[in-house]
Formats: sequence, structure tokens, C-alpha cells
Amino acid sequence: MAQLSTRQKLEILADAAKYDASCASSGTAKRDSRGGKGIGSTEGMGICHAYAPDGRCISLLKILLTNSCIFDCHYCINRRSSDVRRARFTAQEVVDLTLNFYRRNYIEGLFLSSGIIRSSDYTMEQMVEVARSLRQDHDFRGYIHLKTIPDADPELLRLAGLHADRLSINVELPTETGLKRLAPEKDGGRIEGAMRHLRAEMEDGQDARRKYKSAPRFAPAGQSTQMIVGADAADDRAIIARASNLYDRHRLRRVYYSAFSPIPSPSAVLPLKRPPLMREHRLYQSDWMMRFYGYDAGEIAAATDKATGCLPLDIDPKLAWALNHRAIFPVDVNRAPREALLRVPGLGVKAVDRILTSRRQRRLRLEDVARLTTSIVKLRPFLIAADWRPLALTDRADLRARLTPPAKQLDLFA
Amino acid sequence: MAGVDPAEVVWQVGDAPGDLFGHDPLPPDPMRAAFSVPRAFVDLAQMAILHRDPERFALLYALLWRLRDRPGLMEDRADPLLRRIDALAKAVRRDIHKMRAFVRFREVADGDGARFVAWFEPEHHIVRANAGFFVRRFASMRWSILTPELSLHWDGETLNEGPGGARRSDAPDGDPVEALWKGYYAAIFNPARLKTGAMLSEMPKKYWRNLPEAALIPDLIAGAQAREAAMIATTSVAPRRPKDVATAWAALRDDAMGCTRCPLHGPATQTVFGEGPIDAPLMFIGEQPGDQEDLAGQPFVGPAGQLFDAALAQAGVDRSRAYVTNAVKHFKFERQGKRRLHQSPDAGEIQACRWWLTQEIALVRPRIIVALGASAARAMLGKAVTIAATRGAPIPLANGAEGWVTVHPSYLLRLPDAARRAEEQARFVAELRMVGARLTALA
Repeated sequence: MAQLSTRQKLEILADAAKYDASCASSGTAKRDSRGGKGIGSTEGMGICHAYAPDGRCISLLKILLTNSCIFDCHYCINRRSSDVRRARFTAQEVVDLTLNFYRRNYIEGLFLSSGIIRSSDYTMEQMVEVARSLRQDHDFRGYIHLKTIPDADPELLRLAGLHADRLSINVELPTETGLKRLAPEKDGGRIEGAMRHLRAEMEDGQDARRKYKSAPRFAPAGQSTQMIVGADAADDRAIIARASNLYDRHRLRRVYYSAFSPIPSPSAVLPLKRPPLMREHRLYQSDWMMRFYGYDAGEIAAATDKATGCLPLDIDPKLAWALNHRAIFPVDVNRAPREALLRVPGLGVKAVDRILTSRRQRRLRLEDVARLTTSIVKLRPFLIAADWRPLALTDRADLRARLTPPAKQLDLFA
Repeated sequence: MAGVDPAEVVWQVGDAPGDLFGHDPLPPDPMRAAFSVPRAFVDLAQMAILHRDPERFALLYALLWRLRDRPGLMEDRADPLLRRIDALAKAVRRDIHKMRAFVRFREVADGDGARFVAWFEPEHHIVRANAGFFVRRFASMRWSILTPELSLHWDGETLNEGPGGARRSDAPDGDPVEALWKGYYAAIFNPARLKTGAMLSEMPKKYWRNLPEAALIPDLIAGAQAREAAMIATTSVAPRRPKDVATAWAALRDDAMGCTRCPLHGPATQTVFGEGPIDAPLMFIGEQPGDQEDLAGQPFVGPAGQLFDAALAQAGVDRSRAYVTNAVKHFKFERQGKRRLHQSPDAGEIQACRWWLTQEIALVRPRIIVALGASAARAMLGKAVTIAATRGAPIPLANGAEGWVTVHPSYLLRLPDAARRAEEQARFVAELRMVGARLTALA
């Protein structure tokens, strides 16, 4: 086979990496390149340097070290039995690409993942070498996210955490049976074991830094994971319960949901069609509700359809929850505590905080609330303001229909 | 503060020609009425004043004027004036953020080695405010950012400001690494999930002309649907090895055994999955397992199944070549004494279970699918239909198969009037015969 050029390899290995949804580069330690030999800075908020026509942010150079793999996971384009073209970067090539892209302000850093070749340890070693070289040989201070291989030696995981801002291990499928069916060589127990291990390392690192300012940081941007939605039979209720579990047990920063996407030359075990992207969107909304709005997984489950176990696609889960719990509404903007205001559909965290400071100054009228939010129509039935009471509106039987955006033709087999 | 009412003030930037009436001499500054303002005002003003809206000074002065009497005003985020200034500051922050995101350096070599030069067109007066970011990020690099208003030059140690008036042609017009970057941009895009609206809201077209990768966007969008279709097509065209399908079917069945997608799994004995050759050209969908099927774990073994077998034999359709399954795979019943009485599944249960049926159809790929009864028809077509309106004629299905609708055999068992039953049964057999004929014709 002819030698592949760097560009060809980059295209193959970026193509293979795009099924990972995460491209976040925020929430890590603040640092910059002043006084150093190299380049790079992280200032809290990540930056999306471009957006692809799929609407996804491009913040990091997201590639695989190689797309060869000894595993045969059915949902994965890189599985052993797939006939995609294979390529492999050397550690040096990835380092050069990262720096070249970074210097031109294309990226915030690197997200490196890999197919497993030879052994888990060998593969992990190569990935750690890329991060080490960036940090030590080039004094690179930008963002690094390393995908971690659950079976790799703990010492390698420790090294990975010293160089990287974020580590991640994908649980892949929300249910154990799904994992068994679609990724027969992966082991749910080992995946969670590795997450537990990383959590312990992170907490040790934080303890050490409380005692000694100079103690090295371990993965300051924490760990994350990804679940594929729609490739197995798990309903939204099961997915939300699993996510909530993962947040609690392993202190994950983020759970990503990736609507199963058709891949070239897929395995016969897979569904042919993707689930509606809206389903993924609703899961992200429910995730936000858990992380920022104070709902627990059980409460969100109450917003799912009883028979299908899935969140409604036509309205958002916060509205669905409110429609099922009308007794607690309307809420008085001038009196209600923060937690109650956060439950009002259409009020975001920022709007609630602004309401709280504003009402210390004066009693708020409906038009004041309108100025703080995007759509007052959606809010009105759930609020009391100085000059507004929804009266019977909150309890109207057709409230759902009034608040549902006009239906679009749905794809019958979507 | 000179105690001049905001309505009386005319604002002017530098020597620029100002308002028509802006020629009165400045008022004396007799009062020197200093007063302290909250920190929040200073922070907000620092941002909002960078906006290019000429009204910004007047708005900020009006806010300052009111703050003298009402120090708490900064907390009143619903105040219309404050909202308006907030909006200015927000636009400025966004512009600052977008400059950090969309500046693209190109490498040039000069006497002292590599230098990186970028051309950028911000919307507001943000370049100076943003310089620190680029210094912190690219401390060891030599770089310049040229903009229409101001240019920044960093030599690794000091930052110099140059005059504005630069043009795009003053910046280098290419960089070999851009080809790699474009290759990356095209490859990381997933054509199966086109969402141009989301892209445009974050990367509006006004930025495109200075982004090398943006030149690819129209072609990527145009090619996307074709590429997704090709992905799906390769699956349906590629010859499938029967062994793979068998493995996949067995795995699917195992998965279904633990199904909890709807509450029916609770009281039922077990999941009753479909049965038959996995390359069957003909598929029958019943409603749900009955009492005997629930215990046996096999579809169509009870009284209705026996009637079904007899009818098939009469119609000359070979049951051993057909795949038989149900719309709902758990038995739904109501207990009455020792008996478990059949209850029809509702729309939600059918919808929940449709996931499995869709998978079965995708694996078996029958030429003809026959829905027995209304529940099965609903599962097959994805919507409620009446049997009377749909029976007796083929219905093209989205996956290319041909769909047929007829009654469920248990309907025949429940008809009390013998004559009526015989009549309906004959019609049922006749319809099965039509299906048999279509199957021969399609083969």
C-alpha cells in the first residue's frame, strides 16, 4: 500500500474520531504561556474556533492515534471486522499537528483517542507519550483531553492525568445487556472500575494541593463519558437513571449523549436508521435539569411518557414536568424561593438570578419579567407578578396544546 | 460630575464632526460633585463603551445620573435602561469572544524567523481590550493582528500598537497548513446530522470571509444528504452473510428477553419473541401473545394460532417459510379468578414495543408483511388505521416491502354467529390466498 500523506492520515483519523460528541475545552485550571518557552493558555471558558455544518463546535483537534483496533464493537466504525481504510500517526506527528494548528489559532488543544492495537497498555503508552511531549518538550499550556483505556496499567492512567486536563472513558451503552450485545469485548464492570480509580486519583490530587501548593494537578478538568442513544433498547428513563448514577458515583463533570449515527459499512446488528436528533437534544435538556436546576433523576422520569419511557419530543422536559405538576404553580416572582423559580418553564438560571436581585429593589411586573426572558407567553401560565395572575390558565386542560410549538411533519420511520 | 441633565448633553468622539448642535463651549466644572458608584457600574461601563453604537455615552451618562439618586439601581436588572446597556455589553463580550475564536494567523518568514500575521474585522472597538488574551496565549510567538481600526504587534516581549487603516491585502494570503486544517474541518463533520441553523447562529456569515475553512461549507452541505444516503445504501446493498444475521437475530432476541420498555413485562411470564426462518420472504405480525403463548414462550400456539395454521393450509401458504411475530411481545391481561383475560394493548405499549419489531423487520427483510388485526396494522404503519379501509390491497412500506392488513384470527373465534363466522373466515382465507399469490409473483 502506498504511503499515506499527513493530510490523508489526518482525514482518516479525524473521520474516525467524529462519533465522540465531546469537544469541550472549559473548566480546567487557569494558566497561560507568559514566562514559558511555549504557547498556550486556558482561561476557564473554552472557545469554539469553528462550527461544522452539523452545528457542532470545533474546539479541539479531535483525532485517533490509529483507527486499527483489536476489538469488534458493532456500533463502531473502527471495529476489527470493518473494512474502513486504516491509518496510524506517530506520537511526533500528532505533536506537530497540534502545535501547528494551535499557533494559527485554529484550536484550543488536543482530544486524543485511539483504537486499541497490540495491547491496552501499549496503546495507552503511545497516547501518554503525545501528551508528555507536548507538555515537557514543547511547554504546551493549552488544553489536552485523553481518552483513557479502562484496562491500562494504573501507572499509565496516573501519568495521563498529570499531563491531561480531562480524561474520559465511554460507558458506550446505557444498559449492561446493550453493551454485551454490541460491544462483547468490553466489560461494564471494568469501565466503572477505571472511573472509580480516576475519581480517587483526582481527589488525592486535590488533597495534596490543599497541603502543598506545588503538588501536581491531576486532570483539573475532571472526567467525562459518553452514551450512545438509540442503538439498544434503553428508553430515556433508563438513560437518565444511568447518567444520574454516573454523576453521583464517579463525580463526572459531563455525560455526553450521542444519537446513534449511521456509519459506513455497519454491522448487521445495528438499527439502520438513526433515532431523531431531537431525542438526543431532550436528553441534554434533562441533563441540564439535573446539573443546574435541582431536579433529581426520579423527577425527570416523571416527565417521561408512561408507556414508552421516553421524554416527549414536541415539548421540552421542564415544561413536561410542569404540566404534570400543576399544583405547585403559579409561582410568585416577587416571593418564591430560587428553587421554585428554577422550576418555571422558560426561566433559565441567569433570568432567575436577575429576578432575585431586581426584586430586592421593587416589586416586579409582568413586563419586567418579559425584559429578562425571551418568551413571556410560555411563562405566563406559571407565574404571578405584581400586575398578573394566570387565574384558571394554569389548570386549563388544553394548556399543553397552547404551549406546544406548531407540529412539523414527523418522519414516520425516524 | 458637572451636574448637567442627560437631556442637555451632546456627545462627540475626538474631533469627529458631532451633532449639529454640538458647538456650545463645555460647561464650567464648578460643583466637582464627586460621588461613588458601585463596582458593577464600572465593569458594565467598561464593556458597553466599546460598542460602536454612538448612543453608548449618552446611555451610560443617563445611568450614572440616575445612580446618584438611586445607588441600588445596578441591582435592578429589569430596569429598561439597564437592560439596554446590558445588551450593549453582551454584544461587546460576544464580539470579544468571537475575535478570540476566529482570528486566523498565517505564517510568514522574515529576517528573524517565523512571524504570524492575522487580519480580522471586529464589529465593535474591542481590539485593544482583547490584546491581553493573545499575549497570554501566544507569549513565545511573534505575531501581528491587523484590523481596520488598530493593529497589534507582539515581538515576544512588548506589545506595540500600530495605526489602523490596514487592509486585508496587507496580511499574507495563504499558509500551507491551511490545507490540513480544511481537510480536518471536512472530515470531522458528520453528514448524518446536518444542522446548519445551529452552525449559522454561532458562526454567522459575516465572519466567513476571513475563515479559510468556511469556503468548504456550501459543498459540505450539498453533499451531506447524498453521503448519508450512501451510508445507508451500502448496508442494504452489501451482501449479508447469513451467519451474521443469525448472530444478530439471536442477540436481539436475548436483549428482548430482558425488555422493560413498558410496564407489561411485570405481570407477564416472559417475552414472546418472533419465530421462523430469518430469511423468510413473508412475515406475519399478530397482536400480542395470549395465555398459552405466554406460558410456552412461542407465538401463535394457542387456539388462535391453530385457526391461523388451518387457514394458511387452506390458502396454500407454507407456514414454514413465514416469520411469525407480534406487535407487542408481552401478554397483557386482567385477572378474573384463576383466569387471565386478554386485554388489547394501548397505543403507548404498541409504540414502546415497535422498537423490537422494527429491528426484526430490518434483519429478516421480508418481501411481504401481513398485519393481523388493528394493533398489528398500527405497529406496521406507525399510525392508527381501520381494517375495513385497508384490507384486501397491498400497501407500499417505507423499507420497500409490501404491507397487507387483514383480521386477527382470534376475531373469528369471538364471532358468536356461525354463519357470520364462516363468511368472515372465507374472506380471511381468500386474503391469505391473495398474499400467497403476490409472494409467488414477487419471487
